[in-house]
Amino acid sequence: MRATLWITAAAIGLAGAATAQDSNSLSIDGEAMITEVAAPDHLENIDTIYSGWRFRSPETQALEVDDFDNPAFVFVEQAEDLWEQVDGSAEKSCASCHESVEEFAGLRAQLPRVENGELVTLEDLINRSRVEHMGAEPWKWSGGQMTAMTALIGVQSRGMPVEVAIDGDAAPFWEKGKDLYYTRVGQLDMACSNCHEDNYGVMIRADHLSQGQVNGFPTYRLKNAKLNSIHGRFKGCMKNIRATPFKEGGDEFKALELYIASRGQGLSVETPSVRN
Amino acid sequence: MASGVKPRVKVPKTAAAGETITIKTLISHKMESGQRKDDDGNIIPRSIINRFTAEFNGQNVIDVTLEPAISTNPYFQFEAVVPETGEFKFTWYDDDGSVYEESKKISVS
Repeated sequence: MRATLWITAAAIGLAGAATAQDSNSLSIDGEAMITEVAAPDHLENIDTIYSGWRFRSPETQALEVDDFDNPAFVFVEQAEDLWEQVDGSAEKSCASCHESVEEFAGLRAQLPRVENGELVTLEDLINRSRVEHMGAEPWKWSGGQMTAMTALIGVQSRGMPVEVAIDGDAAPFWEKGKDLYYTRVGQLDMACSNCHEDNYGVMIRADHLSQGQVNGFPTYRLKNAKLNSIHGRFKGCMKNIRATPFKEGGDEFKALELYIASRGQGLSVETPSVRN
Repeated sequence: MASGVKPRVKVPKTAAAGETITIKTLISHKMESGQRKDDDGNIIPRSIINRFTAEFNGQNVIDVTLEPAISTNPYFQFEAVVPETGEFKFTWYDDDGSVYEESKKISVS
């Protein structure tokens, strides 16, 4: 078994430059995930979109197949405790108002969305509840409690296709996100598209470039052994190209999150995924 | 004192007599090595799980000594032969003296 894995890994490593991604299919605890689907109409330069799972090594891929092996579930379980934990001046917990976290099935697939003229993400919704209904301090955008809670709420939508609204109220935010995606920034003068659209499937030094899809966030990364938020990941990308990152939770990253989510329309929500 | 420690175990509910089954265990624990320093330069005291054991109907199946180099949330996967219906008992021993236990029943047909 081990020998086979090594051979497979080696073959992928060698073929990395030529092959875009592997052809494995993902099913988590018996539920099939869509990791490959025709690109949405608004994408001009890509025909097929792939989940980031398809670009990972067999060992990393295997971690996501079984929830017990998925290290992210340690944090999901922590969030189940947080769900019951009373906090703030109103002496309420999430469970005081929400009967069960299962009522949020489908929410992750539709976010970010526009509410009363503002673009809101899952983090915004959680902090709004904490501040307005619980009288508690808002959580830090990429802090441990926030990413655990976004994972717990997100996993309720696992297997559902990403479906964010990009027309109507959302159109100006989407356009802004698209502009950001194609704008070169930083000392290396690179845009998101240079890696994730023009060169996905290619090795960038030791790493296999994916399409930069966000359908699996928050994602457990092996490199830092914790859950990572979408905006935290954007920040990492911007540092890599030696740009000054935008603020987590700021208008730029929210618009970018909407645009990138729309590039993954139809992929299954994989929250919480496991990546490098 | 370690906080947020929670054991998780996965054992099949049923098996055939004499079958070799795979057992997966994980305990969430920060596994502080005792070699790191805090912002003021003081050593953060060591706090790890130092021993893990599994028993089947009172008989020892596996006994592991853990060292400080083991990463956070130690995960063990091993195989065991189940001759009869019974109960697996898993025990983790913390540096601070805490003992965490978890049991799983398995029925053999």
